[in-house]
Amino acid sequence: MTEVKETPLKKVMIIVAKANIEDVYAGLIMANGAVMEGIEAKLFFTFFGLDAITKKQMNKLHTATVGNPGMRMPNGWAFPTLLGAIPGVEAGVSAMMKKQMDELDVPPVDEFLDMITAGGGEIYACKMAADMFKLTKDDLCEHVKAIITVGDLYAMSGGDGTQIIFT
Amino acid sequence: MAEKTFAGKTVEVTAEGYLVNKSDWSKEVAAEMAKEDGIELTDKHYEVLDYLREQEASGASLTIRKVGKSGIVDIKGLYELFPGGPLKLSSKYAGISKPASCV
Repeated sequence: MTEVKETPLKKVMIIVAKANIEDVYAGLIMANGAVMEGIEAKLFFTFFGLDAITKKQMNKLHTATVGNPGMRMPNGWAFPTLLGAIPGVEAGVSAMMKKQMDELDVPPVDEFLDMITAGGGEIYACKMAADMFKLTKDDLCEHVKAIITVGDLYAMSGGDGTQIIFT
Repeated sequence: MAEKTFAGKTVEVTAEGYLVNKSDWSKEVAAEMAKEDGIELTDKHYEVLDYLREQEASGASLTIRKVGKSGIVDIKGLYELFPGGPLKLSSKYAGISKPASCV
């Protein structure tokens, strides 16, 4: 039998490319969980994921009520896509999701970024996506350490026990 | 289960070093547990431990967010007090169960 030798995880690079509540929170929870375990964490926001670190959008994220097969009514029935298309439904569902997360002590995005950076986590924005959406550092929240290229990201990903995670 | 001797008292601990019997806890036990990890407990540390013990006794689930809002210490301060494990280490020294929350 071969002996399995585990190398402990030391650093995670987490990439968030979407702006849905669940995609953004998956990245935030993983990053926060890492720093709480003493694992170095760097978050890299790109494409629509930039909404999560854009001052104007960060606390107004939505979940998709159209084309989301995981959506259910409170009673467990499938959520009809046509219902999800009615104006206001997506906002209502998103507000409900945030309320449920708050009950579990999951904070709003800006406060979550406070928690992650307080633990030594670092937040970066993707240069190409920022250029594409015409965003400058001033549009982004104060937690953002820098706007970097993908090459910079890889340069930060060295070292034993580093993993790149794409949510 | 393993046994450890802290402050002259033999106590049962889990594989990760958490006390099995909460009644074994004392300030001296906490201090020796922390010393094993290279942390010297100060009054501020004990304030956090007391807070965690009270919260757990009241049945609340513990998160660093809650500790950060307790008025004892902010989250950055909590990381400074318990490097590499703000909730895990503090819970261990407080003699309560390993935190079961993801935040």
